[in-house]
Amino acid sequence: MSLSISHSDSFSLMEQLPILQILVPFVSAPLIVFIGNRKVAWWIAFIASVISLLIAINLLLLVNDGSIISYHIGGWAPPIGIEYRVDALNAFVLVLITLISSIVVPYAYQSIENEIPEQHHTLFYAAYLLCVTGLMGVVITGDVFNVFVFLEISSLASYVLISLGSHRDKRALTSAFNYLIIGTIGATFFVIGIGLLYMVTGTLNMVDMAELLEGKSSSSTVRSAFAFIVVGVGLKLAIYPLHIWLPKAYTFAPSVITAFLAATATKVAIYILIRFMFTIFRPSFLEELNVLDLVILPLSIAAMIIASLIAVFQKDFKGLLAYSSIAQVGYILLGISLMSERGLTAAIIHIFNHGITKVALFMVAGAYVIKRGGSLLTDLQGAGFTMPWTSAATVIGCLSLIGIPGTAGFISKWILVEAAIENGKWPLAIIIIFSSLLAVIYCWRVIETLYFKNGDSKIIVNEAPLSMLISIWIASLACIYFGFNTDTTISISDLAAKMLYLTSLNSY
Amino acid sequence: MITWEFIIGHLNYWFFIVLMMTGLYIVIAKGNLVKKVVGLNIFQTSVFMFYISIGKVIGGTAPIFPVDMKINNDVVYSNPLPHVLILTAIVVGIATTSLALALIVRIREEYGTIEEDEIFIIEQELDFSNTRSNTDKPIGHF
Repeated sequence: MSLSISHSDSFSLMEQLPILQILVPFVSAPLIVFIGNRKVAWWIAFIASVISLLIAINLLLLVNDGSIISYHIGGWAPPIGIEYRVDALNAFVLVLITLISSIVVPYAYQSIENEIPEQHHTLFYAAYLLCVTGLMGVVITGDVFNVFVFLEISSLASYVLISLGSHRDKRALTSAFNYLIIGTIGATFFVIGIGLLYMVTGTLNMVDMAELLEGKSSSSTVRSAFAFIVVGVGLKLAIYPLHIWLPKAYTFAPSVITAFLAATATKVAIYILIRFMFTIFRPSFLEELNVLDLVILPLSIAAMIIASLIAVFQKDFKGLLAYSSIAQVGYILLGISLMSERGLTAAIIHIFNHGITKVALFMVAGAYVIKRGGSLLTDLQGAGFTMPWTSAATVIGCLSLIGIPGTAGFISKWILVEAAIENGKWPLAIIIIFSSLLAVIYCWRVIETLYFKNGDSKIIVNEAPLSMLISIWIASLACIYFGFNTDTTISISDLAAKMLYLTSLNSY
Repeated sequence: MITWEFIIGHLNYWFFIVLMMTGLYIVIAKGNLVKKVVGLNIFQTSVFMFYISIGKVIGGTAPIFPVDMKINNDVVYSNPLPHVLILTAIVVGIATTSLALALIVRIREEYGTIEEDEIFIIEQELDFSNTRSNTDKPIGHF
């Protein structure tokens, strides 16, 4: 496979796509604040999300053949200038973020009306767009310090958004504060790692840095940089023992925000980890340190089993989903730690499939919050009859979470099991299946409360608002669609994994 | 292996490590939320110091070209890039601090305390009673 890198200085719209991807939501956010009308704010947020989605799909189509788009900001060529570098992996994650955003914004309108006082709505949309900007910036940039800056933009916005849940439950404030403390420690660790890498290489451009790091794998500075970066990003992505902030933040945040962050924020952190491990440090460095087998693999197994077990005993539907998210991060890390192309494919495809599954489930939880007054399992009793459409979507989401054939969740787990067996690590395949059985238990608890514990004897259908139902069903149908039409997702993940394993990355 | 030269030669790193650990310790050990933020600040400041000190070039001067632009190639300049990076990180740090303090104000309003253990007790009661704290305040019109 050959790598072709396109770059041109012309000013046609197509050439400017990478920067427009960031600019559209970034400029929309202050625009919302200036206009200050909450209906207009919603329209701006929606249009910005859809435009971003179109740009991301366009970028994905451009790099679908294995080429790389290199965009030089301000015309300054890398390694001096900041470079936006789009390849199959970036573009795929960008499509995930913008797709989730386009699904979530229509849902947000009714949802926040019930959870957040009206005077905060415009600022909510502004903070939301900044969060989207930050996440996309992290993914698209080819400059390591830029990753930090965008990471902090998205994190600061998400702390604010989580704390807005305080109007429903005051615990949102303390969970946002804890997330802020842990998130900042994580980001600062990440910066220390970047500083150490800069000391060794004198560059901040990812590709340049990777070339200069060649043959320096025994340097203790490089090794400690790697450790700092893995721990720092690990705090953000909730690797098993570093997950303390996640369950409460997800439980008490406004439903929309939980749905959005669960589907994108941890996934973007995983993207950073993959990018640093494979593009900058290279697989040979990982093999030499044996860090994946010794650290990441045991932790991912712990996440898959322990977090799933905790999920079984949760009283709150959102809390249950949050612990399940930690377990699912375990699957993705397991795929990475297999150190094979197939394993990485499984990880990348699970980033996408789990994203759409979790957005569906958390949106459903939000619908219960509105109609049932909360997301505790006791609130959900008998909701299967009073909210038939919402509950049917819950069932689809749960099936995809478990990994029943015909859903998106099945595809990624299947490839993961395949990759584990291909590597000769069949015990891992058994662990994956065992963890899926735990998922069956906690999903069954939800379905049981919905359909078999009738709270009221008389059934009055009281469905969620239509705009929310539409979003929920788009996400649920996507779970089924990507369970049958697997060609696109698999081929893109495959291509992304192949490109990460290409050792001879050429320069600009 | 650890000689006097090694210790003196890495002086900036020792300061960095001591400050970093002090900050991290305060964040973990102190129960007062404001003190936690102070600890976080010290922790971040240590990283700023680390970045700025690695930009130092021995015998280097400030990286400013002379007014007449007659550049003498013998003059050694310090590396300005880490300073610029840290300027960004300082701005991020200020944003984080102000947001953290704003959150503390809101926590004080809702809980009546900013001590972690007291908040913990209040939250445990909430967890046990299995209810939502603000059910009496309806927000929407459904």
